[in-house]
Amino acid sequence: MRSTPARRTGSAVRRTLPVLVVVLALLAVWYAAALIVGLPTARALAPPHTAPLGLVGAALTLDRPLVPAPQQVAATLVAGIAQPITSPRSLIYHAGVTASTAVVGFLLAFAVGIALAIGIVNLRVLDRSIMPWIIASQTVPALAVAPMVVVVLGNMGLTGLIPKALIAAWLSFFPIVTSMVAGLRSPDRIQLDLLRTYSAGGWDVFRRLRWPASMGFLFPGMKVAATLAVVGAIVAELPTGAQAGLGARLLGASYYGQTLQLWATLVMASLLAVVAVAMTDAARAILVRARGGRL
Amino acid sequence: MPRAQSWSVRAAGGSSVGAESRFARVATPLAFGLAVLAIWQAACVVFHVPRILLPAPTAIGAAFVQNLPMLGADFVQTVVRSMLPGFAIGSAAGFAVALIVDASPFLRRGVLPVASLAGALPIVGIAPIMVMWFGFDWQSKAAVAAVMTFFPMLVNTVAGLEAPGAIERDLMRSYTASGPQTLEKLRLPAALPFIFNALKLNTTLALIGAIVAEFFGTPIVGMGFRISTEASRLDLDVVWAETLLAAITGSALFFGIAWLERRVTFWRPAFQSTTEKEMR
Repeated sequence: MRSTPARRTGSAVRRTLPVLVVVLALLAVWYAAALIVGLPTARALAPPHTAPLGLVGAALTLDRPLVPAPQQVAATLVAGIAQPITSPRSLIYHAGVTASTAVVGFLLAFAVGIALAIGIVNLRVLDRSIMPWIIASQTVPALAVAPMVVVVLGNMGLTGLIPKALIAAWLSFFPIVTSMVAGLRSPDRIQLDLLRTYSAGGWDVFRRLRWPASMGFLFPGMKVAATLAVVGAIVAELPTGAQAGLGARLLGASYYGQTLQLWATLVMASLLAVVAVAMTDAARAILVRARGGRL
Repeated sequence: MPRAQSWSVRAAGGSSVGAESRFARVATPLAFGLAVLAIWQAACVVFHVPRILLPAPTAIGAAFVQNLPMLGADFVQTVVRSMLPGFAIGSAAGFAVALIVDASPFLRRGVLPVASLAGALPIVGIAPIMVMWFGFDWQSKAAVAAVMTFFPMLVNTVAGLEAPGAIERDLMRSYTASGPQTLEKLRLPAALPFIFNALKLNTTLALIGAIVAEFFGTPIVGMGFRISTEASRLDLDVVWAETLLAAITGSALFFGIAWLERRVTFWRPAFQSTTEKEMR
């Protein structure tokens, strides 16, 4: 889990080269697919006796391709990002709307998840009665219930960000609870016994042993929770009739058959998820530094 | 197992089983659930909560029974025809690719980071693309479910095949076991807990994929279709009944896989005596 700096730098080439090869292979497959799917359309549209090379070029630059070529998606993405941020066509604007939902949902899930985990570890009743339901709650496809949550909360006068954030929170609180429970339970019997010989009270055991020990478990859970918050925020925008947000953009682009917009929005959503994961990694790095290089 | 951890946390909560009697383990959460239902019902009756806000449990139960034929048709469309094929295709493909990747260290180092990254992306967003490619019927839903279930299975299986320690591998080598033999006798059994973990995760993912894909266009049947249309018509009884159906389906699949896991990997310490754990 903790790789030393020496090992990390020493194998940098060994690690990046295979990834590079795989990514290039995927790009090649993508181009091939775009070409194979696009050629018949390009042939139908092109004037007769077009040179084969011209056909290839046409197939990769179709207006509404079934499989857009990578450079088309990249160009649409860049164009969407370059828009002024106030424009409804700006991808940054839509990503910002989705991100704010995801952040509020994640913070909510974090607070509730940590509190529940502490309760579950300390109170046997809570462990016995709630833990099975927390697990069961995840077998309910929460995203599928999103429309109802939005309607119910809308009837109670809650509209806008809150219903969407609640859906994101519902999705992301589970990995936080389970990883935190596992972390708080991770100290060995020997360590607990040691603290008992110091006649440490329950609060001291929690503060000096359980809480510090849980951090190594919490961060992998937080990573999953962060991406789930983004997913939840996007899906929550689908049925709410939302005008803004990456989910609304996906729905609109799909409705009007704007393939390039669809793909560019999807890439933007992926970038958002990557940023979310990077932020949990950054939080972890800060904590590691604060603790003198260990977690 | 640093790689697999991010995927496995979701299902990791199930091991807090105590040494108490089986009865207490089942009865306590059941009592809690019944208490919640009773409070819900009482609150609905006493405060006259409008049905548009929150129908009483009995109303939901009545809607469930009354709409059984419709729910059955939705179940067949969404679960039997869309989700299960997608789940099977995605999991099988993930497993097969994992075996291929495992054969080459180069591929393993190249594919694993890409696959873990892909697993963290909002894959459900490909639903509109799949609807565009494969049409409104179950094929596009199965495709979304297949892509969503592919990556967890791939990442978990590769991590599981790496799970046996040096001692076990050395033992196999001292038996002059061939690569396939080591795979069959040691590494695949060792990977089973990881594989079941992925299967459990995938039941939920596949169901989510199948239902959410229906928001982007469907024939006029299916659980996702019903939920979104009835919610916009404020017919919340039916929406709740459909939610109940989704919950029952998800739980049944999850616990079905968990039951299979206990039967297949009965040798795992977690499934044997639980007294040691209870010492905590």
